[in-house]
Amino acid sequence: MTEQALHLAPFDLALAALLLVINGGLSIWLGLGLTKSIAIAATRMVVQLLLVGMVLKYLFAVESPWLTLGVVLLMVCFAGYEIMNRQDRKLSGLWSYGIGVTTMTFAAVSVTVLALATQLRPDPWWDARYAIPLLGMMLGNAMTGISLGLNNLLTAVTRDRWAVEAQIALGHRREIALRPFLRRALRNALTPSINSMSASGLVFLPGMMTGQILAGLDPVEAVKYQLLVMFLIGGATGIGAGTAVYAAAWRLTDNRHRLRLDRLEDPDA
Amino acid sequence: MLSIRNLRARHVQVDDLDLETGDCFTVMGPSGSGKSLMLRAVADLDPAEGEVTLDGRERMTMTGPEWRRQVMYVGPESGWWEDRVGAHFEDPESVVGVLQRLGFKAETLNWPVSRLSTGERQRLAIARAFDRGPRVLLMDEPTGALDQAATALVEGVIHDFLMDKGIVLMATHSKEQAARLGTRTLSMAAGRLSA
Repeated sequence: MTEQALHLAPFDLALAALLLVINGGLSIWLGLGLTKSIAIAATRMVVQLLLVGMVLKYLFAVESPWLTLGVVLLMVCFAGYEIMNRQDRKLSGLWSYGIGVTTMTFAAVSVTVLALATQLRPDPWWDARYAIPLLGMMLGNAMTGISLGLNNLLTAVTRDRWAVEAQIALGHRREIALRPFLRRALRNALTPSINSMSASGLVFLPGMMTGQILAGLDPVEAVKYQLLVMFLIGGATGIGAGTAVYAAAWRLTDNRHRLRLDRLEDPDA
Repeated sequence: MLSIRNLRARHVQVDDLDLETGDCFTVMGPSGSGKSLMLRAVADLDPAEGEVTLDGRERMTMTGPEWRRQVMYVGPESGWWEDRVGAHFEDPESVVGVLQRLGFKAETLNWPVSRLSTGERQRLAIARAFDRGPRVLLMDEPTGALDQAATALVEGVIHDFLMDKGIVLMATHSKEQAARLGTRTLSMAAGRLSA
């Protein structure tokens, strides 16, 4: 089917890139001060994507499970760092990075392996052509869900610490005292993926599907792939955010059911 | 009887303290001397080493929530986690008596928390603690935000609690209050208690 794909010449891309000049002009005209940022962001995007393209091409060609694993580890480290950077309030020590990375990896890897083992069945099962893009999507979405959930939980518990402490002082167990906070954090984490499910197709065509259609794939086939990916994303986000939020709530309390805000960085800030 | 032996927490320590049924010990001392931290450590709200027993039962033999249901801390800042006052009570029916003695009516239970004044919050936080039926109350400036009339109501309720086999350990800034309620007055300086 891919033989219908149009071939993109460098000149065509350069022509499209000229559209960014409009943004630059707008910035100069209105004094937005964004010219430099636009230039840097556009250059970064071009360089990063070209590099990724070459890396993937090489990875697909050599078919090495170890190299694939190495790339996976690299992706996980970057995503974990990103989760940590998106927190206004962090657990102290290695906990912030640790909870983010483990729950995200657990969610993304288990969902990806499930898809590789049942729906896609490439041969070998770890074939980088399938494993890397899928895992990338799962990591990205789990990462967003986890950072939203953790950020919401930690800021809310710090802000409303007296509401939690009051319940604990009255003899409530930690799961009862934190229940409203866990609920709110999880709702916050899952809302984006629910919204994107209900709007997809009507308001926007998901990027992956658009790309496949442009590359010449039959639209119905592209939709099927997109549906699979959306289900997997939903699963990865739920598993990731759920485990991360509960793990953080457990770290914020102890086995005597006390609230332990001293386990946050700058607890008094 | 509440017994405290070699209690050591961050910034505070209590070597030896026994409160019998009906006792109300008041603790006075400058702000920052550790009165709140001491009360929180006894309630097991902050990590602490040492032995604290109620009627001979060591607190580590029960869960944190079980201990705090009997040895209950009532802080100077009352936290509220539901919209309505009544939702913070476990048995709103039986608490009406205490509410009335604290100057409220039964319909107070339907009030939204957001409408309460600081003083109302403080009195309702005390009512909320009585609702759980504790043996010991650890009160942290229970009348700090109250006028004279409301203070008298709160002291009346505490007095009745002591008559009814309760035990109270209370931090206060008021000498008069210590004299009115206390069976013994202790002072706190730099995290250490003295008679």
